[in-house]
Amino acid sequence: MDNIVVEALIRALAVGTPLLLACLGAIINERGGVVNLGVEGMMAVGALAAFAVASSSPDANLWLAVGASMLAGAALASLHAVATVTLRANQFVSGLALALIGTGAAGLLGKKFEGLPLFNKVADWNLGGFVINPFTVAALLLAAALAFYLNSTRSGLTLRSVGENPAAADVLGVNVGAVRIWAVLAGGSLSGLAGAFLALSYRASWADNMTAGLGWIAVALVIFVGWRPLRAVLGALFFGFLYYLQFRLQGNSPIPTEVFNAMPFILVLVVLALAGLRGQQGDAPAGLGRAYVRGER
Amino acid sequence: MTQPQPASSRPPALELRGITKRFPGVVANDSVDLTVDGGEVLALLGENGAGKSTLISILYGLYQPDEGTVSLGGQPVRIGSPAEARKLGIGLVPQHPLLVSRHSVAENLALGGGQASRGGGLFPARGVAGRVRELSEKYGLEVDPTARVSDLSPGEKQRVEIIRALLGGARVLILDEPTSVLTPQEASGLFRVMRELRADGRSLIFISHKLDEVLDVADRVTVLRRGRVVGGVPTAGATRESLAELMVGRGVDFTRKRGAALARGEVLLDVQNLTASGSRGLPALRGVGFTLGRGEVLGVAGIAGNGQSELVEVLAGLHPARGTITLDGQPLTGGAEARFQGGVAHIPEDRIHSGTVPSMTVADNLALRGYGRSPLARGLARDLKATDERARQDVEHYSVATPGIHTPSRLLSGGNIQKLILARELHGQPKLILAVHPTYGLDIGATDQVHRVLLERTNEGAGVLLVSEDLDELLSLSDRIGVMVGGELRGPFPVSEVTRESLGLLMGGAHPHSIPGAGQGVVA
Ligand SMILES: Nc1ncnc2c1ncn2[C@@H]1O[C@H](COP(=O)(O)OP(=O)(O)OP(=O)(O)O)[C@@H](O)[C@H]1O
Ligand SMILES: [Mg+2]
Repeated sequence: MDNIVVEALIRALAVGTPLLLACLGAIINERGGVVNLGVEGMMAVGALAAFAVASSSPDANLWLAVGASMLAGAALASLHAVATVTLRANQFVSGLALALIGTGAAGLLGKKFEGLPLFNKVADWNLGGFVINPFTVAALLLAAALAFYLNSTRSGLTLRSVGENPAAADVLGVNVGAVRIWAVLAGGSLSGLAGAFLALSYRASWADNMTAGLGWIAVALVIFVGWRPLRAVLGALFFGFLYYLQFRLQGNSPIPTEVFNAMPFILVLVVLALAGLRGQQGDAPAGLGRAYVRGER
Repeated sequence: MTQPQPASSRPPALELRGITKRFPGVVANDSVDLTVDGGEVLALLGENGAGKSTLISILYGLYQPDEGTVSLGGQPVRIGSPAEARKLGIGLVPQHPLLVSRHSVAENLALGGGQASRGGGLFPARGVAGRVRELSEKYGLEVDPTARVSDLSPGEKQRVEIIRALLGGARVLILDEPTSVLTPQEASGLFRVMRELRADGRSLIFISHKLDEVLDVADRVTVLRRGRVVGGVPTAGATRESLAELMVGRGVDFTRKRGAALARGEVLLDVQNLTASGSRGLPALRGVGFTLGRGEVLGVAGIAGNGQSELVEVLAGLHPARGTITLDGQPLTGGAEARFQGGVAHIPEDRIHSGTVPSMTVADNLALRGYGRSPLARGLARDLKATDERARQDVEHYSVATPGIHTPSRLLSGGNIQKLILARELHGQPKLILAVHPTYGLDIGATDQVHRVLLERTNEGAGVLLVSEDLDELLSLSDRIGVMVGGELRGPFPVSEVTRESLGLLMGGAHPHSIPGAGQGVVA
C-alpha cells in the first residue's frame, strides 16, 4: 500500500515538473497581460533543441542543452511577442498559430533524431534516500522565486500593473510594450525548459509529439491556480497525479486507447470547469488578452 | 532674431500658444492660447465637447498638438508622453481615476518611480507609506496606504491621484471635473486641499461644470466654445449668470424649475417592503417602501453606496429583490426588456459601460432598445434606413454633438454620451423614468435641457425617480425628497420642508426628528 502512494507521488512529481515549469512561464506572461496559447509548441521546440545539443556528441554539455531549450522556446515566443505586442494582433489566434508552428517545426526538424540514443541523461539526485530530479528542484525553487518577485519587488509590481491596467502604468512612464515583450520571452523560455526536462530526463529520447498535450494542460492550469505561482505547485502535482492515474488505468482496462489519447484534452476541460466552479476566472489580470493602444477611448 | 522681453514681467508658469488639434470630422482645439501663473487656480469652462479634455490631454502628453507650443516658465517644451509631462512637473488628476483597482494604494503610488520610489528594487510599497503620511498631513489628504483601491470611495481614489501627482513633484496640477463624483462634504475637502496647494505656489487648472464651485475656488476663468477660447475673466466680480452667458452665449435661468410642489395625484408606482442584497451579499435594501404619484418627481439623495443603485436596478428589473412593486395597479415583474416595454425607462449610473456599447455607432446605440421590432425592423431584418432616420432625428432633437450618426459612440465627449442615452430611453411614452445622476458631467446648457425634458414628461403624466448626488438639482426638480441611509429610505419629505443642510445631515445618518424643520410633516 505504502509503495503505491510513494510511487504515485513520484510519478505525479515527474509529470508535474514540466506542467509546473510551463505554468510558471505562462503566469509570467499572463500577469503581464499577454495570453500565449502556444505553450505546446514552445515546449516541443525546447525539447528538440535540448535533444539536438545533448545527442550531438558523447560528451555534450547538458547545461548547454538546457540553455538551447530555453533559447528555442524564447525564439518561438518572440514571434508571438512581435505579433501581439508590436503589431497588436489577436493574442488567441497568434497563440494557436504558435502551437501549430512549434509542434510542426519540431516534428519536421526532429525526423533525423528519432530513435537516436542520448549519451547521458540528466540523472536524478539522491538526497539522503529521497530521489528527486534536478528539474523538479529547479521548478520548485522557481515557483518560490516567482512568488517573491511578483509580490515583493519593484519590477514584479510593474509587471502586474501592466497586466492589470496598462494605461495606468503607461501614464507613469512604464514602457508597456517592452515589459510585455520581456514577459512573453520569459514565458517562452520556461516552456522550452519544460521541453528540456522531457527530452533530457523524463523520456530521455526524441519522438514526434512527445509533449503529448502537456502544454495545453499547463495553459489551463494557470487559470486553475488563479495566476499564483505557489498554488501552481499544488495544481501541477494534482494534475500530474491525474495523468499518472490515466497511465495506470490504461494498462489494465477495456477502455479503448483512443479515450486515453484524448485524456489531456479532457483534462483541460476538467481544469477549466473546476476553475469556473471556484469562481477563479475573476482572478484574471484585468488587462489580460487585450492589446494596449495609448489614448484609445 | 531675439524678442526683447519686458524685464518686469516674469514668464507665466505655464503658457499655451496657438494649440490646434484636429480629429476626423472635428477641430477639438482651435488655436487655443492660455496661461497660468504660480500660485494661481485657473478654471477651464466650456460646454460638452468644447475641447477641455482634449486640451488637457495635450498638456499631459497623451495627444500631440497639430500646431502650437507649450512653454513652462518661459521655456518651450515638447511633451511626448505622460511620463515626460510628469518629469516636467505637470500632474493630472483624471476625470476617471487611472489606478490599478486590485492593488493597494501604496502599490499604486510606488508604480513607475518618481520621488516616491527612492530605495531599492525590493518591497516597493513599504517606502511609500511614510511619504504618503507626510503629504496627508501637510495638505489634509486622508488616505490609508494599505487599503485596496477597489474598496475606496470615488473621493478617496481622487486623493490617491492627487498624492501621486504631488509625489511626482508636480508644480502644475490639472484636475479634470474633480467634483462630479464627490459628495458636497468631499468637494469642500478638495477645495481646502486646492487652496493649500495654491498657497504653496503651485499652479492649478480646474475643470468643472458647477459654476458655484468655480466662483468659490478659482482665481480666473478661461472659457472654451467649440474648441476656441471665447473669453477669460477673473472670478472676482463675476457671477454665475455672467459665466454661464460666456459659456453658452445666452442667458441661463437658475431659478427653481419646478413650480410649486404638485398636488399629489393618483398613485403610479407603489413599492412595499423591498429587500435586496448587494454585490457582496450584504443587505443593500432593508424594507424600502414609498409611493410615487402620476406626474411627480421623487428625489432620492444619499451618499453613494447606501442602496440607491440597488433600488433603481431592482425597479429596472436588473437586480433580484423581495417585496411588492406595482406600477399603474399592475404588479411590475419580468426582466429589463419586459419592463421597458411596460413603460419603465432607465438612465443608468455608469453611462459608458451599461448605458452604451462604446464600439458601436451612435445610430446603433440609439436603436439598442427596440431594434428587433417595428418600426426599426421588418420581419427578421433590421430596417437600417428607419434606424438611421430615427438616429438623425434624435441627434438633432437632443443636440448630440457628434461628427456623424455612424461614429462609434466612444469618440463622443462624456456629456454627449449622456444625451444619447436620454434620447434612446425617452422614446415612446415611458410611465416611469428612473434617472440616476442624469446630468452627471453635463454642462449647464445640457443640464438645463435634460431637466426640461424630464419635466415635460411629468406634464404628460410620467413619474420620475431622480437619484442624484447634486442637492441643488434635487431641490430644484423634486416634489418630494427621500434620503437613502444604510439601505433604508428616510422620508420622503415634501421639498418645502427640507434644506440643503438638513438633507446633508440626513445623508450623514442623523435621525429626522433631531433635525429642525425636517420630519414634521412626514407622510408615511
Ligand atoms: N480620440 C478622438 N477621436 C475623435 N474625436 C475625438 C477624440 N477625442 C475627442 N474627440 C472629439 O473632440 C471634441 C472635444 O472633446 P473633449 O472630450 O475634449 O470635450 P470636453 O470639453 O472635455 O467635453 P465634456 O465636458 O463632455 O467632457 C468632441 O467633439 C469629441 O467628440
Ligand atoms: Mg471632458
